[in-house]
Amino acid sequence: MIITEKKPIDEIKESLKDSKKVFIIGCGTCATLNQTGGEEQVKELTKLLSDKEIVGTVVPETPCDKRLLKRDLRALTDALNSADTIVALACGAGIQAVAELTRKYTTPGLNTKFIGMVERIGEFYQRCLACGDCVLDETGGICPITRCPKALLNGPCAGHMDEKCEVNHEKDCAWVLIYKRMKDMGQLGKFKAFRKPRNFQKSTSPQQIVWRKPQ
Amino acid sequence: MSFVSSLEKSLATSKFTITGELTPPKSASIEDILDGAKLIKNDVVATNVTDNPTSRVVMSTLATCHLIEKQTGLETIYQITCRDRNRLALQSDILAANALGIKNILVLTGDYITMGDHPEAKPVFDLDSVQLLWAIKRMQEEGLDLAGKKLKTPPKLFVGAAVNPGLDPIEPEIIRLEKKVAMGTKFAQSQCLYDPNVLEKFMDQISHLDVKILVGITPLLSAGMAKWMVKNCPGVIIPDNMIKRLKATDDKVKEGIKIMVEVVSQIAPMKIAGIHVMVPERADLVAEMVKAIKASGAV
Repeated sequence: MIITEKKPIDEIKESLKDSKKVFIIGCGTCATLNQTGGEEQVKELTKLLSDKEIVGTVVPETPCDKRLLKRDLRALTDALNSADTIVALACGAGIQAVAELTRKYTTPGLNTKFIGMVERIGEFYQRCLACGDCVLDETGGICPITRCPKALLNGPCAGHMDEKCEVNHEKDCAWVLIYKRMKDMGQLGKFKAFRKPRNFQKSTSPQQIVWRKPQ
Repeated sequence: MSFVSSLEKSLATSKFTITGELTPPKSASIEDILDGAKLIKNDVVATNVTDNPTSRVVMSTLATCHLIEKQTGLETIYQITCRDRNRLALQSDILAANALGIKNILVLTGDYITMGDHPEAKPVFDLDSVQLLWAIKRMQEEGLDLAGKKLKTPPKLFVGAAVNPGLDPIEPEIIRLEKKVAMGTKFAQSQCLYDPNVLEKFMDQISHLDVKILVGITPLLSAGMAKWMVKNCPGVIIPDNMIKRLKATDDKVKEGIKIMVEVVSQIAPMKIAGIHVMVPERADLVAEMVKAIKASGAV
């Protein structure tokens, strides 16, 4: 899931300082589950922006999917056209889809944080950096690219203490976790293998996948 | 037999080798560190020159190594970390090191960038230390860079790495040392050591590896420093009686050096190649520490 967090309201207000009429768009998928861009959060932001005229609100099913967004915004064209600004409570992909489709000045209501795992609502952990070259089969199902700040590939640096990371003592050392899990699974042989430098061409941005030719 | 460096020769032919460590100045003038180099010149075989240590900006290691060697004649061990340079910059610096006459290199991954004085900077870590060792091995043995392109003249450096005998769990560190040795590491300098029992166990665990171990020696200059190190330095284990002795004495520097002379006399009979003496920003104490060890007859 794409994990987002709310932008400070002062930042949102600053970006709206020249706008009178505002339309708020949420996200019915990740940001609803995150409780950052669902119906509740759209209502909450409507209240916080009481000095503006809120010309409309909607929580599209999946705003980062342009087809679904188009469908969900179709009935709202007039209200959208009357707005000076759209505030989008969605991830960066969702915000850009809104801007691209509506061609309206669109301002972010959320910061996009990471691709994460949901432990429970309100507890999210980054688990993938979308490096484009998955090594989880070699590392006991724990991603060192994401969970080691140095993205080391050949075991832990000498900075771990009490099995915690030198960068943040509250976080586990990814490579100690990998070591323990692989040892438990009888896979230390794989742990010992030398891993060559990464190929960063596999994650050069902007990435795109077009396997189907546009009609 | 010909040796790449005095360090390699000492490790091959002497019973006990002592290296020191200097930090380049946060300055555009080399003068401060030259004084330090002159102070330790007769006490050590070679000195490490650190690479933006603890992620703080100081003068370039490469230039500092060159100027120390040229102006004082003291051999250097060029420390290189993967934090601030990508694989292109690392390789070009290694070629330059060889051209400048530098003979030894110590390869490190490097402290993370948020530990230093530019915490907002972009960390690089394009390679890790094992991968950089692999790159150097390829350059030296096959005459190729990481792209597989031929080097007209390959570098010829004596290659070392770091090791931390006090880590828990220790097995991943041993596996990492195995990888480093497989990638051409001939000597390894250790984290500061205070408890001989830790080293004894570690030396036993790495007896299968063909690598010269230089044990990190840093005198404790106060009980507060000892407590700080235990809390903040990974793998540093300091016996309580050392802290008690430091508390009980007025001349803490003298006592700190005395304690380390005792440690060295206990570890010297283990299968170590020597020691690596580090006192941040205090070259005078590196010299004093080495002189005290030599005077004690411990080595």
